[in-house]
Amino acid sequence: MSGLVSDTMIVAERNLVRLPRAPDLLLAFTVQPVMFVLLFVSVLGGAISTPGYDYVDFLIPGIIVQNIAFGGFVTALGLNEDLHKGLIDRFRSLPMARAAVLAGRTLADVVTNFLSVLVLLVTGLIIGFSFNANTGEVIGGIALLLLFGYAFSWVFALLGLIVSSPEAANSVGFIAVFPLTFVSSAFVPVESMPDALQWFAEVNPFTVTVDALRALWLGAPAGNSIWGAIVWSFVIIAIFAPLAVSRYRRAAGR
Amino acid sequence: MSTSEVMRIPAGARRASGPPDNEPAISVDGLSKSFGEVRALDGVSFEAAAGTVLGLLGPNGAGKTTAVRVLTTLLKPDEGTIRVVGLDAVRDAVELRERIGLAGQYAAVDENLTGLENLTMVGRLYGERRATAKARGMELLENFDLVDALKRPVKTYSGGMRRRLDLAAALVAKPPVLFLDEPTTGLDPRSRLDLWNTIEELVADGTTVLLTTQYLDEADRLADTIAVIDHGKVIADGTPDTLKDRVGGERLEVRLADTGATSEAIEALAPMSDEAPVAEDGVVKLTVRGRTGTIVEGVRRLDDAGVEVDDLGLRRPTLDDVFLSLTGHVAEATDDAEVTS
Repeated sequence: MSGLVSDTMIVAERNLVRLPRAPDLLLAFTVQPVMFVLLFVSVLGGAISTPGYDYVDFLIPGIIVQNIAFGGFVTALGLNEDLHKGLIDRFRSLPMARAAVLAGRTLADVVTNFLSVLVLLVTGLIIGFSFNANTGEVIGGIALLLLFGYAFSWVFALLGLIVSSPEAANSVGFIAVFPLTFVSSAFVPVESMPDALQWFAEVNPFTVTVDALRALWLGAPAGNSIWGAIVWSFVIIAIFAPLAVSRYRRAAGR
Repeated sequence: MSTSEVMRIPAGARRASGPPDNEPAISVDGLSKSFGEVRALDGVSFEAAAGTVLGLLGPNGAGKTTAVRVLTTLLKPDEGTIRVVGLDAVRDAVELRERIGLAGQYAAVDENLTGLENLTMVGRLYGERRATAKARGMELLENFDLVDALKRPVKTYSGGMRRRLDLAAALVAKPPVLFLDEPTTGLDPRSRLDLWNTIEELVADGTTVLLTTQYLDEADRLADTIAVIDHGKVIADGTPDTLKDRVGGERLEVRLADTGATSEAIEALAPMSDEAPVAEDGVVKLTVRGRTGTIVEGVRRLDDAGVEVDDLGLRRPTLDDVFLSLTGHVAEATDDAEVTS
């Protein structure tokens, strides 16, 4: 077990050390979300009615949740590359804990996700976002975000192991996750959607998590959203982590 | 950890950590592996004595890479017994991974890490402390002439440098058995020669090497024994010399200074061969029985007969001849046809 922990840390370290050396990837996970924030607030902000909130206050929790779900893209791309460049074979020929490759990969995402949450929060604060929360609630919100992001890292881990190329990971991941983030309370109030979409949006883990974050950061009514978000994250991990691990075993043993 | 300590012991003594007594370092018996309908390996058997090089020779898609993947515990065999340094590749897979090194036709290193970071990571995954792993990494970079590129990410390396780093990564734990899957495929001639020298040095130090290749000259130069694989089966095995002998003995070729002397030359040389010499464009050829003394005898006989000679030499059959006569097709005809593992 200590082997698993130390091997996981070694793999996580490797994935973090290499990140600043792939500037294009880094750009995608810092500049792009900031651009989205600015576009949404300045272009759509005036047209979307969010009763009780300024649009910037409404939007920041939503866009941070969307962004953190996509943080796992680094895992999808990284694993796919490792698989096709033979690095997974090298790892598997070493006397290391087998689970460490995936565990270390997803753990590294937690660190990058934390950084991207900070970048977006600072951006938000600059353009007028304000907390209505105590320190504990702010930190609790960040912790919830990291948990949710970690869950999605396993979704992307599975994706990266299934698809044939990093390009495919990119488009499949985008097609699968992007609509989910939009049919949620992330950008517009759910009440403004058609009935069928409303029903879907209300159970959507994105809505639940965004609502939980608004409860923590803005003092919005929490309902069951905080527990709901935690449960959703664990459900996603419970489904996708075993799938990714079994896929890893098979993909590597091909 | 124990593997690295063991490796500092001179080659002869190392066998204590290897197979017991006279067991070969690698022995494979009746290995089969199918992928769906495709029978990639069909009852393959071969072995390699400790401290020798075994060459698996065959065209692309013959099953060489599958064999390496089974022997390095990456794949489970459908049937067969595989023992490496006395360990069962299935039952003792975990323990075996500490004793083997694998380098492939793709340089399996992280392009965004430096050479030293790559080697340090591998060392730490073998359970070494960071400082120890780093020191070992430096040592390998020096041995492999990569010190200048110490701090550069691998993506700036040339193909030859990457391959050297890949091989260095396989040697981090000083494994007694090394698996090299087409180590020189795609390398320029100079890098190829360098890699051959490196492999020969490792073997001189006592390492057992299993090498797959589709290059006959590579097998000829490096391998002590060769198993020729085609369509998942071993179709011939033995030393390069015995394989060549299967195609026929050596040929003495004599280029005459004056084609008018052809019949005298044939008459003079005939007693050296069981078959009648043949003449073609002023070159007399005959299959001789042995190698020793053949050239001297040929020269003496021709001199006694007063035949003037322009050039005279022994030509041995090459592994190309072997492959052609065994399989009916040329070994490298499918070069580049299939690049996937």
